[in-house]
Order: sequence, then structure tokens, then C-alpha cells
Amino acid sequence: MNSRKLTIALAGNPNSGKTTIFNNLTGAHQKVGNWSGVTVEKKEGVISRHGYELTIIDLPGTYSLTPFSIEEIVARNFVLDAHPDVVIDIIDASNLERSLYLATQLREIDCKVLFALNMADMAKSRGVKIHADKLSELLEVPVVFTVGNKNEGMDALLKKAIELAEAPRQISQSRKVRYSPDIETAVADLQEFIHQALPDTLPYNERWTAVKLIEDDKIVRERILSLSGERRQEIETRIRLSRQYIMDRFDDDPEIIMTDERYGFIAGIVKEAVTTSAQQRVDISRNIDLVLTNRFIGFPIFVIFIWGMFQLTFSLGKYPQEWITVCVHAISTALELHLPDSLFKDLLLNGVIAGVGSVIVFLPNILILFFCISLFEDTGYMARTAFLMDKIMHAIGLHGKSFIPMLMGFGCNVPAIMATRTLESEKDRILTVLITPFMSCSAKLPIYIVLTGTFFAARAGTVIFIIYLTGVVLSIITGRLLRTTLLRGLDAPFVMELPPYRIPMAKSVVIHMWERSKMFLKKMGNVILIGSVIIWALSAFPRDITYSRNYGAEIQNLRRQEAIQTPGDAAARKSLKKETAAAIDTIKGQMQAEQVEKSYMGQLGKLLAPVFAPIGIDWRGSVALMSGFVAKEIVVSTLGILYGARGNDKTEALRTALSSSDMTPLSAVSMLVFVLLYLPCLATIATIRRELHSWKWTAFSIGYSTSLAWVVAFVVYHSGKFLGF
Amino acid sequence: MLLSDIREGQNARIVRVGGNGALRRRIFEMGIIHGAEVHVEKYAPLKDPLELIVKGYHLSLRVEEAAQITVEPV
Repeated sequence: MNSRKLTIALAGNPNSGKTTIFNNLTGAHQKVGNWSGVTVEKKEGVISRHGYELTIIDLPGTYSLTPFSIEEIVARNFVLDAHPDVVIDIIDASNLERSLYLATQLREIDCKVLFALNMADMAKSRGVKIHADKLSELLEVPVVFTVGNKNEGMDALLKKAIELAEAPRQISQSRKVRYSPDIETAVADLQEFIHQALPDTLPYNERWTAVKLIEDDKIVRERILSLSGERRQEIETRIRLSRQYIMDRFDDDPEIIMTDERYGFIAGIVKEAVTTSAQQRVDISRNIDLVLTNRFIGFPIFVIFIWGMFQLTFSLGKYPQEWITVCVHAISTALELHLPDSLFKDLLLNGVIAGVGSVIVFLPNILILFFCISLFEDTGYMARTAFLMDKIMHAIGLHGKSFIPMLMGFGCNVPAIMATRTLESEKDRILTVLITPFMSCSAKLPIYIVLTGTFFAARAGTVIFIIYLTGVVLSIITGRLLRTTLLRGLDAPFVMELPPYRIPMAKSVVIHMWERSKMFLKKMGNVILIGSVIIWALSAFPRDITYSRNYGAEIQNLRRQEAIQTPGDAAARKSLKKETAAAIDTIKGQMQAEQVEKSYMGQLGKLLAPVFAPIGIDWRGSVALMSGFVAKEIVVSTLGILYGARGNDKTEALRTALSSSDMTPLSAVSMLVFVLLYLPCLATIATIRRELHSWKWTAFSIGYSTSLAWVVAFVVYHSGKFLGF
Repeated sequence: MLLSDIREGQNARIVRVGGNGALRRRIFEMGIIHGAEVHVEKYAPLKDPLELIVKGYHLSLRVEEAAQITVEPV
């Protein structure tokens, strides 16, 4: 059956219950992507109802359609350019006046609008009764009652939407927003003028275009002027005159006057369509806030919540992480046993499985973390964290909401950067993404432990603490620096709604979690796979290395000697066997070290040695740092290989090897600083690229962090030398 | 009198919203318009930002933003 296709867009304020309604309507049939070119999430779902194929688009939640934020531009452009058959405006009944502001703007654009009056039951319990028929009549827009979190009214909503889509286009001008006579005169004049100047070519509704031009809407203005050809000058003058006409009469900018009048118009509607009963019930949300944003206990509670989130993410996450590690290990052991030795086996084991395995272990953390974050968001607590932290974050030039992602950076940068999506302003988002990697992630800790343990023994804890602190300080400096240069501009104004607390819905939390993990697995999988294979190839090739010693013969020799000696005494035999095994292991380690040294990776390391020499890091260190590009944990194991550290306790062996090498405590500090700051791991870079949608910023992040790392390490190393360390 | 001078728990009526274009417009669009009555619910623990109740919902503003809004106490 070839059913008719309709496009329905959902518009509404943030926290209006729009996402819940979208989830109810589309269920599991949703596709999450991005609006082209921007980091705003685009959700759509296709469902079949009443013989129609309905494509439902969840527009970003906005308070208005004035193109200030990316969300508003995206939402408005979709309504204007994609011409959805119907726009459903979700109106939060307990927040009617402000919801109607967006509604009047939608009403002004020439599109078919339907109101979903959501959560009217809640408004009623607060003593607010909304007369839907009156509202519908006053704005000439059909109204359907819905209760999103109880899944009520969804079918009626779709039926009405289809009915409206099929109805002949008939939008009366009479019930649109009416401005005061002076403004109406200016609008009508300009409308008449553009009608004559640009007949046929006008992309939007005439009245709306005139209103937007008077409001000095940059996007509409550019669009109209680009169409106007040689009449450009004349049109520009006309717009200026119309604006001047209003400014002369009201002594303020036209856009301000018109916003004022829209609210006046809304106040009129509310007066007629709403009855408020005197008895006000207790506002639960307000009471919760008496505790959660309390002057004295607000912060301690916040710290407990964050601590809990960390505990859940990294402590509870440890168990499934171990299971995954065991599985990956089992797979690689099985392959190790059953595949014949070959290049392919090496690629599969040390490239693909090792690489992907090192990333997939983060999946449990990401699931749990996003569970917590969706809980924070869906309950409304996220806005409170921003409210509490804004003063501190504002000092770095950031919004209070940047706090959570930055904090998560101490765990793992990948989910941390994914969490920057909660930020509304693009500049804030870029800045937060750029400084989050300076929050030293947990994968760097093993490196710190090995180096400080070797060189600072008793004071290791203090040194590690200073390293973490250095990261935080440099992120603050970077934040301030970028705010005044590349990302200049006001950090987003803190005009933020503190939505009422709500009980989160399991469905929405699960959908949220699932979307994130799917994205993580899919996108990270690709990049990580390719990256790991490249790193593997660099360290596995060339195959025809001429070794300085004949390792094979040496091992053979040891085995032969063991066979010849064979003492009669069982204990002696056992100890001899152990000795031989240890000797063979050492030779194998030396062979592996030489193999890596002579591989492309080792060659590259030696090539880069002059770059690292000024900061006191030798070629071994530079190879290890390069391998850390795949995942920071690998730095330690690469160091282990290069220093030929073998045996059961590799860390101990590495420590012994390091302390007898020519590495000094000072060069260790230099390396620590470099590890703290230099380019993030592959998974993080892939995430940065994904979240910022820009290779330019990704490259900047890599370049900036690495050069900063070098400069700071250089300063540390040389001032240390100067001071005689 | 400025909105930032109003103490916790007091009400005020908006007289004038100052400031630059975009921010000013945003504040207007959130319902802080001439003549609107606002209730200063509380200041954050670090004294910035502050929480208002306007048109029946809760909104937070930084003190520096509130300092651009002229009000009269009611």
C-alpha cells in the first residue's frame, strides 16, 4: 500500500515535555542525527498511523524564534524552508504565558499550527484552569489536551494533525498578533513596498517578512537584500525609515516594542482563557529547592550527588569493565591458540582486538554516566548545578553548565566531551571541549604512578596532586585566553529557566542511554579500528629486521644447556628450569625491544628525538608517548617493552629498569607534564571531531595541547636544570 | 532602584531593561517586560546568580544582568 506521506514538526519550549511526547509518538522508531553543519541534535521518527506515513521531527526546544542561538535558527529554518505539513506546538499549561510567546511567533509565520496543551492536569492542581475552546478560538488554532508522562492524548493529537494537514490552506489574518496602530501602519507600509519591489520572489509570508525586517532580523534581512538586485539600496533605505518611524514614536528599538506588545497580546488572551482560583496549593518544586539550592547545604548536597555519580560510573562500572576485559582476553587467547602464526594473526590480535578492546571497556562507564546525566537533566537538577556553579565557572569565562563535563574529564574525556551537548551556546561548547582534556583522565594515572613511584617514592602522592592541579590551572588560563582571543564574545547570558522538578520517565532515560552508547560504539569503532591498525602497522613493520644478536640461537642454546645439565635432584631441576625460563624471557624481552626500536615506530621515535631532547625525553620516551595516542594506558606498556621489562610484576621490573636508565627525576617531571597536557587519545579526538563538527577545531585542540605540553615541559625542565636539580 | 538591589523574598515591578541588544531582547522574551512583576526568590549560595519568579515560572539571572534592570519595589 502506498500511503500518503506527511511531515509533522514538534516545536516547544525546553522542559515543555516535548521530548516525552516525541518518545511517546515514535517509540523505538527514532533516528538521531545532527542538523547539517551544527551540533544540535536532530531527532526524527517515521510511523504509520491512520493510513499515513508520518515523519515526526523533534525541533530543538526554544523559547522564541528570534535567531540568537543555533537551536532557534535551526528550528525556524526548518519551519520556514522545509515546509512541514503541520507544526505541533507543545504548550506547557503550567507555564502558559511564556509558552504562548513561541506560539504567537509560530502563528505569525505562515504555517499550519496545532497546539498540544500539555500537562493541563498539573496546572489544574495548581489552581489554573485553561479553557481550551476559548484559547483555540482566540488564536484560531486547534488545541488538543495531552499529558505526556501518562501517554494521554497522543492519538487525538495525531488525528488532529492529519486533519489539519489535509484541510485547505486557510489562514486568516484577523487573529494574528495585532500591534498598536503606529506599528501596524509601519508594517503595512513596508509590506506593501516589498510586495511591489519583490513580487513573486519573496520566499516567506509578506506580513511576516515586513515584521522581521522592522525587527532588524539579520537572517531575513540578508535574504531579502540578496534577492533585491539593483533595488538593494532603495530597500535598505525603506527598512531604515520604517524602523525610524517606530523609534521616533516609542523612543526604543522596534524589536523591543514589538516583544512588549506580543506579551501584551498574550496577556489579553490569558485573561480571557484562564481562570485562576484563589487557593494555591503547596509548590513542591519550590520546597525541594529550599533544600537543594540552600545557602548552607546546597553545595554539600551537590558534592554528594557528584561523588555518587563518580562512584557509580567508575566503581560500579569496574565490574562490567572487568567482564569485558575477560571476554576480550578470552577471545585473543583462543585466537592465539588456534590460529597459525602469521602476519594476519598479529594484525588481528595486536592491532584490531587490542585496539578495539581498549576502547570497548569504556562502554559500561559511558552507559552509567549517561544514565546519571539523563537523570540529572530529566529531574531538572542539571539547571540547579549550573545555578550553584555559575559564579565559579563565570570566572573562567564559562557557563555554569560547563562544570559537569569538565568534572567528568577526570574520569574519561570521551563521555565528558559528549556531555558538553547540554551547553546551549556554541562558543561555550567549543571552549569547554578544548579545555576538558586538561582535566587529567584516569587512563593517565598508571603513567603517573610508575614515574612518580620510581623517582619520588615517598612524595609520589604530592607530585601527582601537583600534576592534577597544573592541569586545572592551565585549563583556567586557557579558558581566559581563548575567551579574549579566538572565542571572544560574551559567554552566553545566564538567562536560564529553573524548571520544576519532575519524576524522570524510565523510557526517556533508557532511550537517552541507548542513543549515546550506539553512537559511541558505531563512530568510535570506526576511527579506533583504523587508528589502532595504523599504530600496529608502525610497530610491526618492517618485518625483515636484521637483529644485532641471534636471539633464536641464544634461546636454543639455553634450552640445550638445560637438557644437558639435568641434575638428579628434583628441587635443583626445578630451580634450573626456573632460571632458564627467566633467562629466555629476558632474551625475548631484549628481542622485542630491538624489534620495536627498529620498527617504523622506533625509527619515527628516533627521528623525533631532537624534538624531545630539549625537554629531557629520550627516543624511548618519545615512542612511548606516540603509542599513547591510541590510549594513554599503552604508554606504560610501551615503556615496558622498550626497557625490556619482563616477568610477572612488569611494573616493578619497569621501575627497576627506569631507575637504572639515564632518566632523572627532573626529566621524569618533564615527561609527567608532557603526558598531562599533550594531545588527547584517539577516542577523545574522534569525539571532539564528532561533537564540534569541525576538523579545524579538532586540529586546533591537538596542536594547542601538544605545543602547550612542549612549552611547559621545556620551561619546567630548564628552570629545574637552572636551579640545579 | 536596580533589580540587583532587591533582597531575597521581595517583589518588584520592572521599569526599564537596559543593556546591549541581544541580551536585552532575550530578557524581554523570557517575560521580563515593562510592568511585569517579579519576585526575588533567592540568591545562589555564592551570591550570584539570583533566582526570580516571573509570570509563574522560575528564572535565573546573573547579578551583572540584573544590575541593568531598573525596578520599583512593590
